[in-house]
Amino acid sequence: MKKDEVPAIEVHNLTASYDRKPVLWDIDFTLPQGKLIGIVGPNGSGKTTLLKNLMGLMKPDSGYVKIFDKPLDEVRERVSYVPQRESVDWDFPASAMDIALMGRYRKSNLLKSVTKKDRQIAKEALEQVNMLKFANRQISQLSGGQQQRLFIARSLAQQADLYLMDEPFVGVDASTEDSILNLLRQMKDDGKTVVIVHHDLQTAYEYFDWITLLNTRLVASGDKHTVFTPELLQEAYGGRLTVLSKIGDLMQKQQFPAREKEFKEKQ
Amino acid sequence: MIWNSFIEFLSFSDPNVRMVTFGTIFLGISSAVVGSFAFLRKRALVGDAIAHSILPGVAIAFIFSGSKNPYLLLLGALISGWISIYLIELITDRSKIKADTSIAIVLSVFFGVGIFLLTIIQHSGAGNQSGLDQFLFGQAASMRGEDVLAYVIVGALLLIVTVLFFKSFKLLSFNPDFAAASGLPVRFLRFVLNTLTVLAIAVGIQSVGVVLMAALLITPSAVARSWTNRLSYMIVLAALVGAISGFFGSFVSFAAPAMPTGPWIVVILSVLAMISLVFAPGTGMVARWYRQRKNRRKVLRENLIKAFYHIGERAEEFSELVSLSDLQATRDFTSRELSNGLRQLEKRYLIIPDGNKWKLSEEGLKEGKRVVRLHRIWEMYLTERMRLKEDHIHPNAETIEHIITPDIEEQLLEELGYPEMDPHESEIPYDKSKPRN
Repeated sequence: MKKDEVPAIEVHNLTASYDRKPVLWDIDFTLPQGKLIGIVGPNGSGKTTLLKNLMGLMKPDSGYVKIFDKPLDEVRERVSYVPQRESVDWDFPASAMDIALMGRYRKSNLLKSVTKKDRQIAKEALEQVNMLKFANRQISQLSGGQQQRLFIARSLAQQADLYLMDEPFVGVDASTEDSILNLLRQMKDDGKTVVIVHHDLQTAYEYFDWITLLNTRLVASGDKHTVFTPELLQEAYGGRLTVLSKIGDLMQKQQFPAREKEFKEKQ
Repeated sequence: MIWNSFIEFLSFSDPNVRMVTFGTIFLGISSAVVGSFAFLRKRALVGDAIAHSILPGVAIAFIFSGSKNPYLLLLGALISGWISIYLIELITDRSKIKADTSIAIVLSVFFGVGIFLLTIIQHSGAGNQSGLDQFLFGQAASMRGEDVLAYVIVGALLLIVTVLFFKSFKLLSFNPDFAAASGLPVRFLRFVLNTLTVLAIAVGIQSVGVVLMAALLITPSAVARSWTNRLSYMIVLAALVGAISGFFGSFVSFAAPAMPTGPWIVVILSVLAMISLVFAPGTGMVARWYRQRKNRRKVLRENLIKAFYHIGERAEEFSELVSLSDLQATRDFTSRELSNGLRQLEKRYLIIPDGNKWKLSEEGLKEGKRVVRLHRIWEMYLTERMRLKEDHIHPNAETIEHIITPDIEEQLLEELGYPEMDPHESEIPYDKSKPRN
């Protein structure tokens, strides 16, 4: 089968909520392989929630996600996830090398210690983000940009085909942003698919080939030339739909389920 | 006298002492090792709640069996501890109640029920109920051989499982989302870790009791954390702390039989924690005080050498002798600061004394140029890059000049294009030896 016949990600009718309040309403889109893709939207538009659903870290109220046309569990090792830098406590007693090695932890080596080859791969991953010289540095002593690069190195060590990154450009200086971007472009040239959650509209058009505009509902998803129109941007960034957010609040207040029990998704 | 009893204790001539000591040391180690992960996952309070929640399980196991069979009591403790973990999670997930409140609720309800059951047992007149209340405060001294054997088996099991799962537990503690995304069986790992924690607490309460158990679980890793930045070292160190406290706890109750072992173990843990708080490298109070003193001395030195430079700059002659009053006219130094600072500069050969006056040495002139240069290029940066007004920049630069490293200096100079003058039209001094542009 030709590689690009299968979409990297297919999201079908996805609804997800926190404490019964829907954050994503019936999202439907497919993302192609081998592209640099931005999931773009204002704060609180459900970008991180979408990523968590793609990675199986949250159970959606409805709908499903397919990765390379398969359920996530069958292709786990082809997918890599870079969480937000602020989602962990950097005071954890570990060195940069320890963190990069975590990219080598898999179900299949649960009880085994890391091998020489794992170390080699982790070193190369650190080198790719220009962090090898800090391999032995305690992670709390790294700058924000270095911590971000370390997270990307850990992800590279997973040697996946699809990378999902949550706001990798937040809190990094301009030169780090450039070097991360270059790396991402190089990954794309190597045939990888890279999906980035990104909130900055200024840079989105320049950075990505493909853009998914999100604001609790899907506004548009497609080649950047078709998506980056004033009308669609206005729709995504011009605030939330008033009735939609009222209904969301109501559902939370009444603890109303997002789907009736009998309603089963036909797949 | 204490020394004699210590020697006697160390000789381990009494087999019972030998056993109890070995038991408490081992319990200390296993609690500390398993507790390290509770500490890293910020679940110290959950550990405390589990410890208190174990009581009803122990009491019910006793009521049903009528004996103090250690395996049955452990089973009771395990079940009751597990229910408490499950309840805490259930309440937090399914209601508006926050984690701290649900921990407090579960802890107090279970502990209350446990005390209630203990009271019933004590009034029932069952044959060997004596000592059951020692679950509250520990019963190390009254451990029997078969108890110790049971606890050592469980403790050894805990250590083996922890070593096996070490790397998975590490990832689970640092970044559970990434562990799940990598396909690790996070639910299973959590289950194993929770079971280890409950078991460690169930055996640990033999030496310190439910009330003080959190100390045995958490304090060793808190102490160890402040001395090392490596997880493996931290856990070994925590085990050592647990062992030391167990050892000395046993000794105290050997030397003074009226003294309870458990509370003494906790006292020793607390002393170790206090020592760490004061002396730990980097984070301890002494280290912090020393760092501040070092900073103060550096600031004083640099301010003083800057004064020398300013005087020379005004006189257009850097080799002239400078008096105390010259220095004081330049900047408000107290006389103590002056004598202290001048002594420091002399010791570093940055100034050369001549009677009651001083002049800059070659090195001193270089150092003075450096400080003044940092001050002035930072002022440039503030005006050019941060668009600060001219009257705002001086106080800021007074502080920042002492922090800028050679790396940052180089970067600043490059960004600003090696300026000649600062915003106040004073010349920015460079070393002749340094290549410009």
